[in-house]
Amino acid sequence: MKKMPEFREGLKDSLPIAIGYFSVSFTFGIMAASVGISPLTAGMMSLLNVTSAGQFAGLTLFASSATYLELVLTQIVINLRYALMSLTLTQKLSEKMRTPQRMIVSYGVTDEIFAVAATREKPLTLSYMLGLEWFPIISWMTGTICGGVANNMLPASVQSALGIALYGMFIAIVLPGVEEQKSVLFVSVVALALSCMFTYVPVLNKISAGFAIILCTLIAAGLTAAFFPLKEEQAL
Amino acid sequence: MMIKYIFLMAITTYLIRMLPLTLFQKEIKNKYIKRVLYYTPYACLTAMTVPAIFYSTSSVLSALAGFAVALVLGYQKKSLPKVAIFACVTVFLVERLMGL
Repeated sequence: MKKMPEFREGLKDSLPIAIGYFSVSFTFGIMAASVGISPLTAGMMSLLNVTSAGQFAGLTLFASSATYLELVLTQIVINLRYALMSLTLTQKLSEKMRTPQRMIVSYGVTDEIFAVAATREKPLTLSYMLGLEWFPIISWMTGTICGGVANNMLPASVQSALGIALYGMFIAIVLPGVEEQKSVLFVSVVALALSCMFTYVPVLNKISAGFAIILCTLIAAGLTAAFFPLKEEQAL
Repeated sequence: MMIKYIFLMAITTYLIRMLPLTLFQKEIKNKYIKRVLYYTPYACLTAMTVPAIFYSTSSVLSALAGFAVALVLGYQKKSLPKVAIFACVTVFLVERLMGL
């Protein structure tokens, strides 16, 4: 009896996330269709991966016939933030949660679900996490399929406009950090400069897109980590 | 081929999420690694966005306009869907104005 309110509370907290996911995954479905992936296959990709940036990169890599090694390495680099989020969540999970339950909960650790879960006052129970995760995941998959089906019906002008949607989302994740911390501004500027170098400078632009992203990320984050302590370190 | 891609991606991504949650019960102590982990998403997302965003629409000009709008709204900490949708609307309107 005690468990239902927890589940319902999670579900309630997940509604804004689910709505946002539908609109973004709709765009993902369209993009997947544009590189020749069927709506159902794209939907399966969304259900199994639940990662906007990773899936988007997956499309790019698929379109450029990247190797499996490049694919795995790119996913690791892009999704490494989930490891940090999972790590942070271990400190917030209810002590009763055993390993099998942790294995289930970890499936739905995304940027937004993490943000809601990590800022919750109460400990995170299994019921709460399930309530929080299932609807956004279903919404993410459904939006993808709808986008894929709608692809052929949309005029070219709308398709062109939707092409920028995922980048808009990335900017929405990065910019608040840039506004708050000099270190994030620094890491972004370095990554931006490197990324432009790997795109425009002769010889360097021969490096595949997947590895270029990995190199940009590791150099920029590694350099920034050498100079800027984290907020919690400064507080000590 | 696509199916293989999807499963390989899914397994990799799931392990990244699952392993820390189940294996690490204590906090990481190494400061440098903590910092690199913290800065990684920002570096990665920025590298993926620029310069690729300039070529994400029918014209570099409309993409630049959408980029500018996303930067302003993102700086004001608007929500993810809001920033994404306004960037799209901007691209759409600029391309209409250009008569594309």
